[in-house]
Amino acid sequence: MTARTQLLDDRAIGRALVRMASEIVERCGGTADVVLVGIQRRGVELAQRLKRLIDAAEQTDLPTGKLDITLYRDDLQAIGPRPVVGETSLPDLEGRIVVIVDDVLYTGRTVRAALDEVTDFGRPRRVLLCVLVDRGGRELPIQADVIGTTVSLTATDRVDVLLSERDGRDVVELVRTPPA
Amino acid sequence: MTGLGKDLVGLEPLSADQLRLILDTAEPFKEVSERQIKKVPALRGKTIVNLFFEASTRTRISFEFAEKRLSADTVNVAASGSSVSKGETLVDTAKNLEAMRIDMVVIRHGSSGAASFLGQRIASNVINAGDGKHEHPTQGLLDMLTLRDRFKRLEGIKVAICGDVLHSRVARSNIWGLTKLGAEVGVCGPPPLLPRNIEELGVTILPRIEDAIAWADALNILRLQLERMTAGFIPSLREYNRVFGVTTERLKKAPKDLLILHPGPMNRGVEIDSDVADGEHSVILPQVTNGVAVRMAVLYLLAGGRPGPQQAAGGDEA
Amino acid sequence: MTRPVVIRGGRVIDPSTGGDAVADVMIDDGRIGAVGRNIGSPDGAVEIDARGKVVAPGFIDLHTHLREPGQEDLETVATGASAAVAGGFTAVCAMPNTDPVADNQGVVGFIVRQAQRAGKARVYPIGAISVGQKGQQLAEFGEMVGAGAVAVSDDGKPVMSSHLMRTALEYARVFGIPVADHCEEMTLAQGGAMHEGLVATRLGLKGIPAAAEEIMVARDIILAELTGGHVHLCHMSTRGSVELIRRAKEKGLRVTAEACPHHFTLTHEACEGYDTNAKMNPPLREAADREAVRQGLRDGTIDVIATDHAPHHYDAKEREFDDAPNGIIGLETALGLAVSELVEGGLLTLPELVLRMSTLPARLFHLPGGTLATGAPGDVVVFDPAAEWEVRPERFASKSRNTPFAGRRLRGRAEVTIVGGEVVYQRT
Repeated sequence: MTARTQLLDDRAIGRALVRMASEIVERCGGTADVVLVGIQRRGVELAQRLKRLIDAAEQTDLPTGKLDITLYRDDLQAIGPRPVVGETSLPDLEGRIVVIVDDVLYTGRTVRAALDEVTDFGRPRRVLLCVLVDRGGRELPIQADVIGTTVSLTATDRVDVLLSERDGRDVVELVRTPPA
Repeated sequence: MTGLGKDLVGLEPLSADQLRLILDTAEPFKEVSERQIKKVPALRGKTIVNLFFEASTRTRISFEFAEKRLSADTVNVAASGSSVSKGETLVDTAKNLEAMRIDMVVIRHGSSGAASFLGQRIASNVINAGDGKHEHPTQGLLDMLTLRDRFKRLEGIKVAICGDVLHSRVARSNIWGLTKLGAEVGVCGPPPLLPRNIEELGVTILPRIEDAIAWADALNILRLQLERMTAGFIPSLREYNRVFGVTTERLKKAPKDLLILHPGPMNRGVEIDSDVADGEHSVILPQVTNGVAVRMAVLYLLAGGRPGPQQAAGGDEA
Repeated sequence: MTRPVVIRGGRVIDPSTGGDAVADVMIDDGRIGAVGRNIGSPDGAVEIDARGKVVAPGFIDLHTHLREPGQEDLETVATGASAAVAGGFTAVCAMPNTDPVADNQGVVGFIVRQAQRAGKARVYPIGAISVGQKGQQLAEFGEMVGAGAVAVSDDGKPVMSSHLMRTALEYARVFGIPVADHCEEMTLAQGGAMHEGLVATRLGLKGIPAAAEEIMVARDIILAELTGGHVHLCHMSTRGSVELIRRAKEKGLRVTAEACPHHFTLTHEACEGYDTNAKMNPPLREAADREAVRQGLRDGTIDVIATDHAPHHYDAKEREFDDAPNGIIGLETALGLAVSELVEGGLLTLPELVLRMSTLPARLFHLPGGTLATGAPGDVVVFDPAAEWEVRPERFASKSRNTPFAGRRLRGRAEVTIVGGEVVYQRT
């Protein structure tokens, strides 16, 4: 008997993103050499929104990139039907400050894959991690630098992030399944 | 079921959805070949053997690049001849490889059916890199990808396969793949080099090369082999070029800009003139680039593990 | 001194007399003694209950490969003769493509003696037409006939030279033997692995066109007319061939023909998936050809059913299709296929079946047998046309297992086979 609860509505998401945008600028000491790299798929939309917010506030035109980490997953051997590989396109990362953007941080494995892939493209000066939801449950020593909201969940719970560009509306929902 | 199963033996057994899956999967792999570091760890730790019973530099190198760019370990085995002349049967070769715990075999062999023969007998994935006159699925796929790149679709596109269709596994794979995705396929060549009953596969017979040029959106020109002359199928290569060659003069009469494809290696001046091969409508080099991407896609799709619980949606795997 | 045998209550079919009635058959001293109702049982007679079964003269296969001498790992005269009686055959004719070739009295005599030693089916050797079957020099027909040969053939191979075929037909007339030809125009068939048609196109295999057989059939018919000799056409497979033979017979020429069970049962579709058990020469053809063969057996254009029993090793067939050898075994499935496909298919009655498998083979090759007339050899088969069974090659008496019919359910099976008045096979 699953139960859906709303964690963030569209306005809460908007407010969180505004705060995250200014935190990014603060952490990077400005916008010079900053590149926003969104992880496919919803990280890409979030990176675009953050870019627009930062561009408006700082009068910049931040370079952004898209990163698909499927080919760097550590569980490719175990899973069955092959996941679809999305688009990867990155600007020059050499010596830049790369901000990896994703919707949910959970085990940390996606970010581990992203770090490996980014390194194959060049050597950034610095890498930061920015996520909308940190739900705990890390399996690797990975931490986010900029966080929208933090929740603490069990393994049977799930966080669903829906964004209007892709899903028609903005909402973050918690889906609770009682343990079997 | 959109997965590909254990082996890629040909395009005939695949559904339209499976063909589209492979072509779509090849897209992101094109980008990997453009990177500085042309490597992704997707097949790290996998051992792949390129088992080539027929000499072939370009297909083997293409597969090797595809395998290495996926971080797999590759071994090339250049075996020669049939089981009988070699002294070791194909079955034994296969079982030996399997005993060395290899994950995938890419096989090119002179006998039709050799790939499925192998696939039925070993647990490793088997990819057909050309079996006798039967199929050359990755070539068919890269031809289709190249056509799709230019025309943005395959439905309704007219492709004329020109040359020795009788002995061509490339032709057969193209026929299966293209017709399944809604393209119209024609074949053009001297009658002794067209298989009997070929119309029953859904293709149009275009008697003269002029007919093919007038009809098609794209020509896929097959290599003519010297042996056909001595075996009595055609009089001479010179006559073949004069009657069936794709020349600039003939192409001038084409009603539209025809795309020119060729699986290579080319006999310049026989089936295709140099200025056509090097001309602006030739996509022979893009075919080669797409070849690596298609082969990476095929290896990636086949190398899956046992089906497990589907990963959750919503990006929660971070 | 063998005991007399009395076979009771079976449906006795004898095409040589037209007899078809429930009766008893008595075999004494190696010969048919009497056929009638309520025959008295001589002292010490073996009684066989044949009620509900058919009693007929033993089947005779005009086309078998026994592989001995030279390839005894595949089959020997003894194992082949055992396979024969298990299939209801009391006699087989052994083709000469052995190693060494049966092109001289030494090898011919050897085969005869091996068969006598085995004591199962009778084996009548067929001698080669040419020395070594090389298609050049005529073999010694006279000496081979003296040693026991009943016909000549270069089967396995065609006789490409029309001159040689003509000479063979003329010379064979001296001894009154037929010349059996494997009809295959080699320049058309060269390298082919299956029938030339849609399936071959899809599988990417070189095909053997029907024309390769028909050209040689036409040639042999013309030569039969020219020479007045008797040509026997082996394993006919195409509708064109059947039509040519039909017209030759209308002209009264001495042309006879045989067809094999696989050609009236399967089509080239059996090669799907590159199944080497469907690879034989001549190849399996199209449905229309299969139908023509069946009709040919029905109207007598094709005189007899022969097996072309061709043992091959498992390893040899476990190969790429192009490399696999041609041929399948057939002695132990022939009756079942004939009953299931032709009798149950309404094309042949049981008496017509016995005619094509026993009486006519004997007549065409001038062999004893094929009849239950008094004094005829005591070669009898008791079979059950209704018995349903599953083909299990691992149980065959033959040494080899290469058959496409494994697992197939058939109707019709030999129960008892008697050769020379001796029970040499009884189904357990």
